[in-house]
Amino acid sequence: MSEKTYQEINARIRSGKAVVVTAEEFINIVREKGLTHASREVDVVTTGTFAPMCSSGAFLNFGHPAPRIKMHRVWLNNVPAYTGIAAVDAYIGATELPEDDPLNSNHPGEFRYGGGHVIEDLVAGRPVRLKAVGYGTDCYPRREIETTITIHDLNEAILFNPRNAYQNYNCAVNLSNRTIYTYMGILKPNLGNAHYSTSGQLSPLLKDPHFKTIGIGTRIFLGGGIGYVAWHGTQHFPAIQTDASGKELGPAGGTLAVIGDLKQMSPRWLMGTSYLGYGATLSVGIGVPIPILNEEIARYAAATDADLYAPIVDYGEAYPNRKPGNLGYVSYAQLKSGKIMVQGKEVPTAPLSSYPRAREIASILKEWIQKGEFFLSEPVQLLPSPADGLTGKVLKG
Amino acid sequence: MSPRKIVLRFGPEISDKPIIYRLVKDYDLVMNIVKANVNPQKEGIMVLELTGDNYEQGLKYLREQGVTVQALTHEVVRNEQRCTMCGACTAICPTGALYLDRPGMEVHFDGDNCVICQLCVKACPVRAMEVKL
Repeated sequence: MSEKTYQEINARIRSGKAVVVTAEEFINIVREKGLTHASREVDVVTTGTFAPMCSSGAFLNFGHPAPRIKMHRVWLNNVPAYTGIAAVDAYIGATELPEDDPLNSNHPGEFRYGGGHVIEDLVAGRPVRLKAVGYGTDCYPRREIETTITIHDLNEAILFNPRNAYQNYNCAVNLSNRTIYTYMGILKPNLGNAHYSTSGQLSPLLKDPHFKTIGIGTRIFLGGGIGYVAWHGTQHFPAIQTDASGKELGPAGGTLAVIGDLKQMSPRWLMGTSYLGYGATLSVGIGVPIPILNEEIARYAAATDADLYAPIVDYGEAYPNRKPGNLGYVSYAQLKSGKIMVQGKEVPTAPLSSYPRAREIASILKEWIQKGEFFLSEPVQLLPSPADGLTGKVLKG
Repeated sequence: MSPRKIVLRFGPEISDKPIIYRLVKDYDLVMNIVKANVNPQKEGIMVLELTGDNYEQGLKYLREQGVTVQALTHEVVRNEQRCTMCGACTAICPTGALYLDRPGMEVHFDGDNCVICQLCVKACPVRAMEVKL
């Protein structure tokens, strides 16, 4: 079996000879020329995903005013940021809400503005109102400051998202007899609709199910700029789903922790997002290049929507109460057709993840690599794979 | 002639008058009330599908009575800058006015099929659907 190395691929990128294709294009090449030929010919497959990713946020350093202040509480456009770090550092989380937000007191709440919207405003260069209070110390005597900042005024603005790019996700339905408002959107009663949220055959971690190439230090497209995989994400439970007969149904639940310079990113790829009745968050664009080091990696990268499956889960009763099991599996090809069968009923489907934007990310990343502006990084350490058998814990209480 | 969708706005001073009754009786128009919220002493709105030979005269009558008349397509707008084409609105939209064009999965909006139920406004995660009523 022919093998390539990262160094060889980067040398080909440098000389402008690398063959870089998107995951969609790769599927067609494999279909036409076969896997062996495709794995030899193609150096890099690019992937993409654009969807709400709650576990996102940014570290900000505001710089010191005169006199200096130890910021004990910070608000950005009235949204609190976490300050339990250094004097003028804060972390603004995507799901944080203004203190006067009515939340769900008038159910379903709108959650029109939150931390994700602050991040979008910052990355767009829009002015943001900063308010901070301190308790006063000998070295940091000031007790309050209120001013307007833009991202350009900050020393550092670092996007750091502890859990992004979910490998796979549930197809959410509602078996109950009332409309429910979830992070999977509005789910109509009695199987009125089914929502799913990955870009299927374009989605980064679905194309490297055993984490053979993605690891700490992997250079990626993040929010329109260049970022890195920092670690495996929280709730990283990679596994391979199988049906009752043992047939493989694609990967389940790996995640990535990612980091990058917010100052080089774009509001097109980081958008404040609201879910009626649920909360506010941030939609994030991520693209991961997969080096086709060998035929095995090529085979996984060539998986199509028909090979990848999502479990159908009832969000009316089973999910909130953490009841195990599901209502069966459905392929992304079926989900993208617009209707699926659940319990003998035809249910219309809709995505929460933008397939056109995922395709755009894969194309942008491909262009960066082709132009020699983006080189592949060999991971310092690969992420835990399905073989490591990680599983989620249950909080007792 | 195919039915046209229009939006009527009633000021509080005329909301108790039998305007729609006269529109049907005097102008012989066929109507389908898509949506209505008209209360005495309050401003009201009504969305109608209207057909008939005397359509223009009917509209003239409405305007003479102080009713503001607008085409429905001016009421529901998709902010193209904001729409990410995710598709979260498409299974929620009851009339298929918002739909996915397969296999590209781009989201399209056909204002003619919109009945301004406003479910898309609530369902859109990035608030790209704007209804100006």
